[in-house]
Amino acid sequence: MGKKLLLEHINVPGIETLEVYRQKGGYASVEKALKTMTPNDVVEEVKKSGLRGRGGAGFPTGMKWSFLFKPEGVERYLVCNADESEPGTFKDRFLMEHIPHSLIEGMITSSFALGAKTSYIYIRGEYFYVARILEKAIDEAYAAGLLGKNILGTDFSHDCYVQVGGGAYICGEETALLESLEGKRGNPRIKPPFPAIAGLYGCPTVVNNVETIATVCPIINMGGEEYAKIGIGRSTGTKLISASGHINKPGVYEIELGLPVEEFIYSEEYCGGIINGNKLKAVVAGGSSVPVLPAHLILKTEKGEPRLMSYESLSEGGFVSGSLIGSGGFIVYDETTSIVKNLYTFARFYHHESCGQCSPCREGTGWMEKILHRIVEGHGKPSDIDLLWDIQRKIEGNTICPLGDAAAWPVAAAIRHFRAEFEEYINHPEKIKDVKHYYSVNAISA
Amino acid sequence: MSKEIKFNEETLALIHKIMARYPEGKHKSALLPILHIAQAEFDGWLSPATMDYVASILKIQSIEVYEVASFYSMYNLKPVGKCLLEVCRTSSCWVRGAEDVVKHLEKRLGIKEGETTADGMFTIKTVECLGSCGSAPMLQCGASYHENLTLEKVDTLIEGYRTEGKRKSYTDLDYKNTL
Ligand SMILES: Cc1cc2nc3c(=O)[nH]c(=O)nc-3n(C[C@H](O)[C@H](O)[C@H](O)COP(=O)(O)O)c2cc1C
Ligand code: SF4
Ligand code: FES
Repeated sequence: MGKKLLLEHINVPGIETLEVYRQKGGYASVEKALKTMTPNDVVEEVKKSGLRGRGGAGFPTGMKWSFLFKPEGVERYLVCNADESEPGTFKDRFLMEHIPHSLIEGMITSSFALGAKTSYIYIRGEYFYVARILEKAIDEAYAAGLLGKNILGTDFSHDCYVQVGGGAYICGEETALLESLEGKRGNPRIKPPFPAIAGLYGCPTVVNNVETIATVCPIINMGGEEYAKIGIGRSTGTKLISASGHINKPGVYEIELGLPVEEFIYSEEYCGGIINGNKLKAVVAGGSSVPVLPAHLILKTEKGEPRLMSYESLSEGGFVSGSLIGSGGFIVYDETTSIVKNLYTFARFYHHESCGQCSPCREGTGWMEKILHRIVEGHGKPSDIDLLWDIQRKIEGNTICPLGDAAAWPVAAAIRHFRAEFEEYINHPEKIKDVKHYYSVNAISA
Repeated sequence: MSKEIKFNEETLALIHKIMARYPEGKHKSALLPILHIAQAEFDGWLSPATMDYVASILKIQSIEVYEVASFYSMYNLKPVGKCLLEVCRTSSCWVRGAEDVVKHLEKRLGIKEGETTADGMFTIKTVECLGSCGSAPMLQCGASYHENLTLEKVDTLIEGYRTEGKRKSYTDLDYKNTL
């Protein structure tokens, strides 16, 4: 069994309640931080832990915290990013739904470190029932003196609120999230200034992912150095992976970073292998935005070494033969999958979710969707593959926020690794006409 | 149907509680939650009159409400059926049969995706990833996630909703104690 820090008590009945959560050692990090540490000590421990943001970009959390601007007399905010809309990702939902107090505990300890009197958890609106679970946990925490004035009899006071969104992937981008939290359209802001200088209401703000914030608790409890011993190299600690697609056991798994990908896919402890004993075709390892890799490149790097579930190993080979760990949305495709049609679902997604501020993203995502649509419908032209390639290149790097890149990368990777499949669609439309290329709904669930 | 567009005292109290979460002068932050409440209370969609009313409560311009309501996918700017069936169609759901779910619903309800049944009971909508990829295929109706769908499960669901005959909204779950 791999090391569990976040999901250790997932099967304990009643772990969603404050009572059981505390029986299992919950809120120890709040006790420890508020009573025995200075805010700066907490920041230092997080720095030592090597924790990297779990929202997708992997930026070192301690460093992000130390950038927070602290002018006298100006409010500072902690905002938790619970927007979780990256296709293939559902680990934050799982954590908040089953162990809501782990997030609330992390919010309090992290806010103490940052000197934030108020924090907000911005959660995607579709997770309304999860927002309700969080609200209940917050109410319990207030009643127990863990939130509100003079927490646990110390000088530290803090209020934490849940804010529901309105349904928009782009609000996961941190500056769009802040706009949305201010009651506006989710249009990303031009950076700089970064939120650490001017974030929510123009005040210094830290935005962190749900899992990042929850991970602060075990770090404070065990100490940053101990935490850094878990994992591999600069990929310290454990990570929640959302596993979906053609595997026997979809779900959320906590892995120790450095676990071989092959073991993750095939062992009974994790995904349990491919459905119907089929062959693995491809994997999107970190949510829809990261490059898809064919079976041979996800199991082994180009150098022939086993590919590991870590920031470094998954990105080894750059975009030529590697990918990214991203949000940990691990989607597995078996030999029956049409990469082209699957890519079309991603292209449609990005076009739908583009906020429309930058022309390369707004127009480019629309064009890519249109071209892929005609290819899957059997009306593709031989020049379409190069056209797609050209469009994605013109988007990448030319936009206000990274959604443009996120829309471009999957297209580039699919063409890079599966060009022959595009050609087949274009040259032999008659062959694809009656093929479904996906499982019938009853074929798996039955 | 033309119900008066006005929140009752209880809802107004809730709205003021929400507005108090933000610093002085920043109450516009409450716009998204309030729009969810308005949609739940006034027939499942945001008519211009409803949006104007929300603007008056927040003391902001109507246009500020329109531009927000039109940006986010959860706000309906046209009437919808009592049960809005939102089927996820993105990758993880697609590879496990989301298209079959949509086709089955279309056949069973005699409408196309995007349409509403004549009795105003059901609307079918396809949506993007709802964070339920590990339990694909799935659909959301109101606050409820229906996961690991089979066609039989879809049938049971439809029957259940039809018998119940109630409007479903995201805020179904006793939101007065929640938001
Ligand atoms: C289009 C887009 C969508 C994003 N969606 C999310 C999201 O749903 N959740 C999240 O935590 N981060 C998301 N991010 C990353 C955030 O901008 C930000 O980097 C992150 O919340 C920082 O937290 P972390 O350092 O703890 O990872 C997204 C970024 C982009 C560009
Ligand atoms: S890249 Fe796309 S989503 Fe991001 S700001 Fe530009 S148009 Fe909006
Ligand atoms: S792809 Fe359907 S819920 Fe994520």
